[in-house]
Amino acid sequence: MNGENLFVLGATHHTAPLAVRERLSLDAGATEALRAELAGIAGLREFTLLSTCNRVEFYGVAAAPGVAAEVQQAFCTRQKFSSTEFEQFRLSLTGPGALQHLLEVTAGLDSQMLGETEIFGQVKEAYGAAQAHGHTGAVLNRVFQKAFQAAKHVRTHTAITEGHVSVANVAVDLATNIFGSLAQTRILLLGAGEIGEKTAKAFQSRGAAALSVASRRLERAMELAETLGAFAMPFWLMPVKLAEFDIVVCATSATETVVSRAAVEAAMRRRPARPLFFIDLALPRDVDASVAERENVFLYNLDDLARIADENRAAREAEIGKCRALLTERADALWRQIEPRLQAGAAGEGTVDHRTEPA
Amino acid sequence: MFAGLTDRSWLWLAAECYLVGLLLGTFSLLRGHRQSGAWINTVIAAGYLFQVLGLYVRGRAVGGCPLGNTFEILQFTAWSAITLYFFVGVTFRLSLLGFFTSSLAAALTLVSLSIPAWDATRREHIFGGNAWIELHAALALFSYGVFALLALTSGMFLLRHYSLKSKHPGGAFSFLPSIFDLDHISVRLLAAGVTLMTASLAVGSVYWLRDTASVNPTKLLFTAAIWVAYAAALGLRLRGVLLARRFGWAGVLLFAAALLSLWPVDASRHSPIPSPATRTVPR
Repeated sequence: MNGENLFVLGATHHTAPLAVRERLSLDAGATEALRAELAGIAGLREFTLLSTCNRVEFYGVAAAPGVAAEVQQAFCTRQKFSSTEFEQFRLSLTGPGALQHLLEVTAGLDSQMLGETEIFGQVKEAYGAAQAHGHTGAVLNRVFQKAFQAAKHVRTHTAITEGHVSVANVAVDLATNIFGSLAQTRILLLGAGEIGEKTAKAFQSRGAAALSVASRRLERAMELAETLGAFAMPFWLMPVKLAEFDIVVCATSATETVVSRAAVEAAMRRRPARPLFFIDLALPRDVDASVAERENVFLYNLDDLARIADENRAAREAEIGKCRALLTERADALWRQIEPRLQAGAAGEGTVDHRTEPA
Repeated sequence: MFAGLTDRSWLWLAAECYLVGLLLGTFSLLRGHRQSGAWINTVIAAGYLFQVLGLYVRGRAVGGCPLGNTFEILQFTAWSAITLYFFVGVTFRLSLLGFFTSSLAAALTLVSLSIPAWDATRREHIFGGNAWIELHAALALFSYGVFALLALTSGMFLLRHYSLKSKHPGGAFSFLPSIFDLDHISVRLLAAGVTLMTASLAVGSVYWLRDTASVNPTKLLFTAAIWVAYAAALGLRLRGVLLARRFGWAGVLLFAAALLSLWPVDASRHSPIPSPATRTVPR
């Protein structure tokens, strides 16, 4: 038997549109039930199920041909999805191709947001769950552990994770360039819309603690403040309180300027030595553009942030070739190690080994 | 292996180490990678050790603190800056400060070594055998070391400030510390430098009051002007007048002025004698 007994099967953002991925996505309950079902498939020696918002993937070691098709059938049946339709959106790789794919997924090379590191944790979680259920053996244990090592290697030796590629995270990065640690900074969110909320959450995820929300509709500000664990503030108080904040995220739907130059001048007279950072995410813009001329005031609007995010994305894309070469080298070496095991397993010589192998 | 080296040979070795620090940092930045702090600190530490040995040999040869000519003053200033870097760098962990300090030390030491005329002669007995005057000079030059580091943090502040205002925070700029941290450390360095220089002038003034003719008016004028300028910068910063970019420029320009003032100050001293430039480690 050849290497076809290591396989990956699934659908990702590369192969399936969002509407299809929504239908294929698995919640916690469905994941557990499917796991139990797959464990019952004769000939599926090992498997791991990776389910994120952008992918559902089954990594398996099959003892016989046709096992991958059985996995596909079980999945489609559970999701009430036609197997024939699934094949239009299917990702199906075997042998070294499957191995290379796992390494690229773990390193963030296959992610929608190129180089993001969240996927590393998601793969680790998926592998941990499979291991806890006894669904992995000698082959997948080795493959996943090597995938984690390879991802770390790529992160350390290339610039694939350098610079953020989302507007909210770029804004947070800029704030750290100005203030260093965000723990002691005070942040004001103007407007209670979705983009403001997302940015506020990005700040919180990077250690910002003192967050206030001001909206023309106080009840909406209070609602969002409760969600974020922040303080709510009447909108009219903003010019008076401006000096008390270090970072102001502006995301209102106002049609006129919300933060005037006069208000900023007055605020800076009260805090001349401390920088004030405006992140203007609104369209039309909330902050008078001339405030950027003031010493110690920094103003970035949506276009500025998007341009930086694009530059970061381009820089990451320029690293793809280097990353892929590093991963291919490791995937080839790993394939040479596991191929004999797969052949031995296929010939009936191997048994399922649920022990974790040393890396 | 090194026992027979002269003071200048030790100082050449030190300068080369600082140069390696500069090259390592530049290489990392050009490759777009965060520099290895461990490597930079290792070469700086090696350079510092060689410089201590070089200054020790020179100090033993001249029988006191080696501050008798422009060469020695620049060497001592670089040594002070590196000494402070070990405290500031460890305490505040400012990214790239090691690279910038190494660059400054390399510039000061290499330039001073490359111009033999600066070390051809030196003033003997400049302290008149008075330990207080020696303390005055050492404190003054140590404050110059602090101001050197201040010039570096100010320069880093200006670069970071420029990158943020021009909305190009990526590339090598991304490795710089935050402007808040740089401003914070710059204020502290300025306060420390002014304190040291004040102490130095206080010690020196006691001696001067006893014998006003003992100090050349040129030296007095330039030294007092530098002290007043730094003290004024500190006062204005604390009152919220000299801020951000202007404070950064003040840190850089005042250090340039302080370095330039060394020439008239040095030239105004007593007649020189040949320098003991080839001494080796005493056995």
